[in-house]
Amino acid sequence: MQTSLSRRYIFNRILLYGGAVLLALWTLAPLYLVALAAFSARQATFQWPKPLLPTDFSTDTMEFFANTHGVMGSVGNSVIVALLTIAASLLLGAPGGYALARFRFRGKEAISMGLLISKMFPTAILAIPLAVVFIQMDLYDTIWGVALVHTAMALPFVIIVTSGIFVGVPRDLEEAAQTLGCNRLQAFLRVVMPLALPGLAAAAIFTFVISWNEVFAATILTLRNRTLPAQVLSSLNDSPLYYRYAGGFFMIVPALIFIFLIRKYLLNLWGSISR
Amino acid sequence: MRAKLDSALPYSLLMPTLVFVTLLIVVPIFQAFLLAFQGADESFTLANFQKMANDTAFADALKFTFLLLIFIVPMQVVLALVMALLIHTRFKGHTFFLYIYAIPLAISDLAAGIAWLSIFTERGYLNSILNQLGILDKPFLFLSYQNLPAMFGTIVVAESWRATAIVMTILLAGLQVIPRDYFEAADVFGATTLKRTLFVVLPLLRPSLQNALIIRTIFAFQTFAVVFALAGRVLPVLAGESYNWYVANRNPGVAAAYAVLVLVFTVAATWFYFRALKTSAAEAGYD
Repeated sequence: MQTSLSRRYIFNRILLYGGAVLLALWTLAPLYLVALAAFSARQATFQWPKPLLPTDFSTDTMEFFANTHGVMGSVGNSVIVALLTIAASLLLGAPGGYALARFRFRGKEAISMGLLISKMFPTAILAIPLAVVFIQMDLYDTIWGVALVHTAMALPFVIIVTSGIFVGVPRDLEEAAQTLGCNRLQAFLRVVMPLALPGLAAAAIFTFVISWNEVFAATILTLRNRTLPAQVLSSLNDSPLYYRYAGGFFMIVPALIFIFLIRKYLLNLWGSISR
Repeated sequence: MRAKLDSALPYSLLMPTLVFVTLLIVVPIFQAFLLAFQGADESFTLANFQKMANDTAFADALKFTFLLLIFIVPMQVVLALVMALLIHTRFKGHTFFLYIYAIPLAISDLAAGIAWLSIFTERGYLNSILNQLGILDKPFLFLSYQNLPAMFGTIVVAESWRATAIVMTILLAGLQVIPRDYFEAADVFGATTLKRTLFVVLPLLRPSLQNALIIRTIFAFQTFAVVFALAGRVLPVLAGESYNWYVANRNPGVAAAYAVLVLVFTVAATWFYFRALKTSAAEAGYD
């Protein structure tokens, strides 16, 4: 009896870890392979069959990609657009999140509902009319225009996420600060902000990922001042395979780093905003 | 005085956001309808929609968008459910595996499509592996217009791979809300892991499953860059056609017509889910 029980236990463990490892391989394999392709020489693209181990490590393909006209400029644009988006959406959104977390007021439900709905709209229905308007306003083909649209896309997420962060800061502390002579703004800046800071940093990184990855609006709204995804997408059909692999790898790396930085907040961020 | 200030404060805190969202989300949606339904002389017209419907790619775009949805959404939900249930057992090292499963969260659809392109292309890694295993002599053309089902399959795989992580976080967040007592009670009454999953966990997880279904269906109508990376325009989809009409054909009217169509499907799907789920919830006695 004892042995059959422990045998079953061992069998279950093997099943559990086997499944977990298999799913991990499924997740990691494409990342490994595109990295392998990006760090092979350009001619290796046409080699067949290809080696599955990095036997011919080379930075040739990545150098070619980085030196292609427009690529480094687009990387710079992507970073600037993402930083502008973070600044704008936190400055606009965090006060709103605080309002939803701390106050009861008429229309609160309607506003929350409206924000939930606004993140469901297809990008196409925003990007196409905005492209037409931006041309009239001289915002077309500028990083400002792209940052505006990314901010609009990120704002509903930022408000919902920050409101969750502010709910987590005990109200008592804020009230205690006010009884000790702080006004509301001081209490917010000296007590609430320091406690909310790690969460806000995670929200900022999350916003970076949204902006860094966005491709439809960025491609529609630009012509020469591309962001990196727009640059890769618009040259997709007439660029060699190795260029695409390098571009894909280049887009993946920062995302990987950021996911690692906010790994503690993963469930809170993606779990709560997807309700 | 104090009370009055308080009642105005939340509105003034929210005001910047509301103005911004109105200008950059609400107004553009109206303009999209104007673009789609207005002719050159600003009169009402269906010309853009006629042009859209008469285009050779339209029927295919409609068909493939829905087919992709039908294949991708269930695959994501099943894979994500397995991942979430595995992580939820909290085996030793589960946080490490959670991090790995979550990686695709941060990867764009374009980058995901390119990663899988390195696998499925003619001289790609899948053909290399199959060759080294002695299964194939020469490369199989996964990404050829002559092999539409294979091409379709590669898109299903790539998009499932990417968005499974999103579904997993929704389900895992849902699992964590279920009180541990339920699991323990099931164990006390001698339920096996399988029985416990089927009869205790899944019914309690239903709200999260519903959310995941709605969200993934809505975003499936927007599938675009994965398809572009793997299939180009050989396999058209609605969002891709909107892009093409704007960028290649320089016709914002027809592009907007496609965008309006995507919006209509999005709203219809949401409405359908809420209706279907409401009635079934009432039948189950939840209401």
